[in-house]
Order: sequence, then structure tokens, then C-alpha cells
Amino acid sequence: MPGITREEVAHLARLSRLELQAEELDHFAEQLDVIIGAVARVSEVAGQDVPPTSHPLPLTNVMRPDEVRPSLTPEQALSGAPAAEEQRFRVPQILGED
Amino acid sequence: MTELIKTPIIKWAAAKTAEAIKSGEVSAVEVAQAHLDRIDAVDKKVNAFLHVDTEGALAAAKAVDEKRAKGEELGPLAGVPLALKDVFTTKGVPTTCGSKILEGWIPPYDATLTARLKDAGVVILGKTNMDEFAMGSSTENSAYGATGNPWDLSRIPGGSGGGSAAALAAFEAPLAIGTDTGGSIRQPGAVTGTVGVKPTYGSVSRYGLVAFSSSLDQGGPCARTVLDAALLHEAIAGHDPLDSTSIDAPVPPVVAAAKMRDIRGMRIGVVKEFAGEGYQAGVMQRFHESVELLRELGAEVVEVSCPSFTLALPAYYLIAPSEASSNLARFDAMRYGLRVGDNGNRSAEEVTALTREAGFGPEVKRRIILGTYALSSGYYDAYYGSAQKVRTLISRDFDAAFAGVDVLVSPTTPTTAFPIGERADDPMAMYLADLCTIPSNLAGNAAMSLPVGLAPEDNLPVGLQIIAPAMADDRLYRVGGAVEAALDDKWGHPLLEEAPAL
Repeated sequence: MPGITREEVAHLARLSRLELQAEELDHFAEQLDVIIGAVARVSEVAGQDVPPTSHPLPLTNVMRPDEVRPSLTPEQALSGAPAAEEQRFRVPQILGED
Repeated sequence: MTELIKTPIIKWAAAKTAEAIKSGEVSAVEVAQAHLDRIDAVDKKVNAFLHVDTEGALAAAKAVDEKRAKGEELGPLAGVPLALKDVFTTKGVPTTCGSKILEGWIPPYDATLTARLKDAGVVILGKTNMDEFAMGSSTENSAYGATGNPWDLSRIPGGSGGGSAAALAAFEAPLAIGTDTGGSIRQPGAVTGTVGVKPTYGSVSRYGLVAFSSSLDQGGPCARTVLDAALLHEAIAGHDPLDSTSIDAPVPPVVAAAKMRDIRGMRIGVVKEFAGEGYQAGVMQRFHESVELLRELGAEVVEVSCPSFTLALPAYYLIAPSEASSNLARFDAMRYGLRVGDNGNRSAEEVTALTREAGFGPEVKRRIILGTYALSSGYYDAYYGSAQKVRTLISRDFDAAFAGVDVLVSPTTPTTAFPIGERADDPMAMYLADLCTIPSNLAGNAAMSLPVGLAPEDNLPVGLQIIAPAMADDRLYRVGGAVEAALDDKWGHPLLEEAPAL
């Protein structure tokens, strides 16, 4: 089983939207290498014949009647937002200049 | 009741408190005030609470007193104070999950569990400290400082529900709520000498419980006695249409089971795999004594082997971070919580990354990266896929065991409370604290930790874990109630009487 490199941690941090500091990258690479080494043995025991379990309950989708009912007001829904404008969440620019 | 009045209110069991309020021996406001005073006096040392809602608690207590004055029927926990883990949303009261990213967030709605507590007339004193987003085994990973263990303030109170367990052990509240993803109710219970129960997965609503690992998270009761835990269990459990993983079935009769105090004829399995290297001698000594006690009480004890349990810890540390990496994607600095670096020039993506860097602590970041790795295309089968297969093997081990026994028992934790800071920089050593508790989360069944004495070498509490099949939570209370009564007879007092004064 391969270990984890500093570059991989940096790549994973980008995928996870975490702007990690240089020293964090070093530290996490070292720790994650140990953790992954310790957890890797799960792959040695479970054969093809064992079905995976993703959840303790057999899940079925739940539907409710399509009825009008009280909900949060726009003010309540926006009350925790870092920035709001005209009853909407105000976000930084999403599209680049090009 | 006169004997009761001689004891300070803060030492009363929840059941007795409710009785005293119902009979008019004491008012709910007096009870609330006694606990608020206690919090004032000791919480600077313990740091069990992140937020104390004095006004809300006194108003809720007053409402109970008014209801009584009008001659209305009071529920079994009306007027009893409770400490609520800060992972449940509370309308109008801050909810932070121990994280900077949610600092100052005031939810506009109540979790179902919060609403049920309010409906039951329970007086919510405030929100308790926890490892950030419930990730941890020590309550050292809170952005708001570590909580101390009331038995020895230089030691951990367990995690992630350390604040809830410490509040009970410090007599700041007679009841508390925790959540158990890998043992975060039971492990703090064990190391603080209190009772902690992880109900069957799906039996207590997760609506309004800020998600860490959705297929494992389960809210549940924390208390100082088995009966108190049962009363709280009945108040919070039951089907919730707002949670699609909520089980639509009657709640097992846990209160009646807690009162039975008779385990004659029950078959109890000792899990062979939970012993050996890494287990503290005093923990094993108290465990063996507990097993002997179960025999004396008339149970039949047999040894049971669950070979896949040795893989539970690695499987958990792949599954939980994988689900966490996905669940925590919602903290994107757009709809709630912190926003960092929004200077008008940066993109939403950059602002999100800067915010998450500033808002999450090291354990959360470590797990997000580990989960992202385990779910990545090249490694999915080797890690996440294999961990899911281990989950199947663990469930099969439980099924085989429960075909022959009513409940399983083991130590709750391999050691007593360790010193704050001792394992802080060694994640694998920290993760070992959850060794015995994790299999039940992976399989979704019910489990309890019960105090069974102090380890002779350090005079710190030891917990006995009792595990029952899914939806047989009443068996935990039947065994727990009998063991607790027998131990109280033996010692002449509850274990917490031996805790040092704060």
C-alpha cells in the first residue's frame, strides 16, 4: 500500500478547499502516513464474496405529502449568512474575468 | 422527602428532582437556580459549558412551576435541568459544535431532540463543550479550550462529549445529552464515572444534529444513574418524520427495564477480543469483578469471540472521515458561519478555502484530508470499499454472538482518563481510546457504559460496556440497573460520592 506524500496532501487540500500552511502540509503528511499505514489492513481481509455495508439501516426514500406548511421567513433563513443583500445570500465572485 | 431536602439539590438524581417538583417540595425555579449557581462556582475550572442560557433556563423552569400551580399534569422529567451538547441546534441560542467556523451562529430552528426536551418540560441550562464537530476522544480539540475531568482537572473528561459528562460529574446538571459516533457518549461516561447510552441507530432523531458521520452519529442520554438515563431516553427517542433514517417502531420499555433489577436467567457474553495488550491492569480488574457480579446476580456468563472487532478501529477511521469530508463541505462561507478573506477581489472558491483554513482546527482538517483521500478514485476500493466490507463482517459477528447471548459486555475504554496533552500529537494513540466502543457504531446496535468502580492504581473511574442488539435497548437498562443497585449496596453510596470536591 503506498504512503502519502506532501504533494498528495497539498493536492487533497486543494480538492477539499483547505488553504493549508506549509508547516501544516509537512505535519499532516507525516501523520497521515502513519494513520494510513495503520488503517490499510482493512483491504487484506475483506474478500470479493463479502458485500459492503454502507449504512446500518435498510434505507428507502421517504416522501411527504406536497402540502403548504409554515417554514422559515427569508429573514430567518438569511440570519446566519456572512453577507446578504435583497433577501439573497451575497457571495464573492464565482466567474473569473476570462 | 425530608431526607432528600437535607442533601444539596445539585446532588439529587433526576428522578428524585422531578418527584420533588411534582409534589411541591421544591420549585423548578429553585432547582434551576441551584444548578446555575453551581455552574457559576465551578465552571471556570471545569469548562464544561460553552454557553449558559440563564434567562432561558429560568423561564423554562418558571413555566413548569406555573403549569403545576394550575394543576396540570407534569411529565416524568418536568423541571429537571439538563446540559445539551453544542452539536444540537437550539433556536435563538448559539450553536458552535466547538468550532470557530460556527462562532456566534444562532440557529433559527430547534433540533427535534431539543424540541422534545422542551416539550417534556426539561430545563436546558446551556450548551456543553465538545471536540470540534464531535471529532475526538478527549475534548481537547475544542476551539474554546479543553474541558477538565472533575475527578482530576489535569486529565481529559473523554470525548467528544466531554463537556456533557463533566457537567454531570461536577454536579452542574443531573442530565445531559451527548452524541456517539465512535463512542463519544460511552467513553466520556466511563472516564467520568457517569452513565452514557448510545441508543440503537435511528431511534433518536438526527434532525438538527450537525452531521459528522451520518451513518454513525447517534444522540443519546448521559446521566448519573441508570434510571435517570432511561427517563431521558424515553423523552428523546421515537420516530421523527423529519429524519429519513429515523426508525418507525415503538421505543423499547427502558424505564421499566431500569427498575427491574433482576437479571436471573439472562445470558451474557464476554467479548474475548477486548482484552490483552494496551488494557490497564486496574481497568481489567474492575471488569473481571463486574463479570463475577453478573454471575452472582444469576446471569449465565459465556465467552464469545468476535474476530472482526479487531478491524473495527481501522474501518471506522476510513468511514467516519469519508462521511465527514462530504458533510463538512457545507461550511463554505456562503450561507452561515465564518467568512474570511472576502476583499472584493477574491473568488468564492478562494474565500471558501481561506475560511475553512481559518475556521477548522487540526483534527477536523486531518480527517477531511483523510476522507478525501479514502474516497479518491485510485484508492476507493482499497480503503473505503474495504472498510464497508469490514462493516459487514462486524455485523455478522454481532449476529452470531446475539444468537447465543442476550447482551455482550467489555470494558468501555482500555484505560482510565489520561492527562490532557498526553496524546494530543499522536492521532493513533488517541484513536485507541475508542477501541471497544466503535463496533456498535458500525453495526448500529445499542450500548451503554456504566461506572463499576475506580482503578486501584490511579483512583479514576472505570466503565463497564454493555452491548445489546438493535431495538433491544431495554436489555442495557435491565443489566445496568441490576449492576448499579448491587454496587450501590456494596459501597453504600453512588460512585460519584468519592469524587474530590471542586
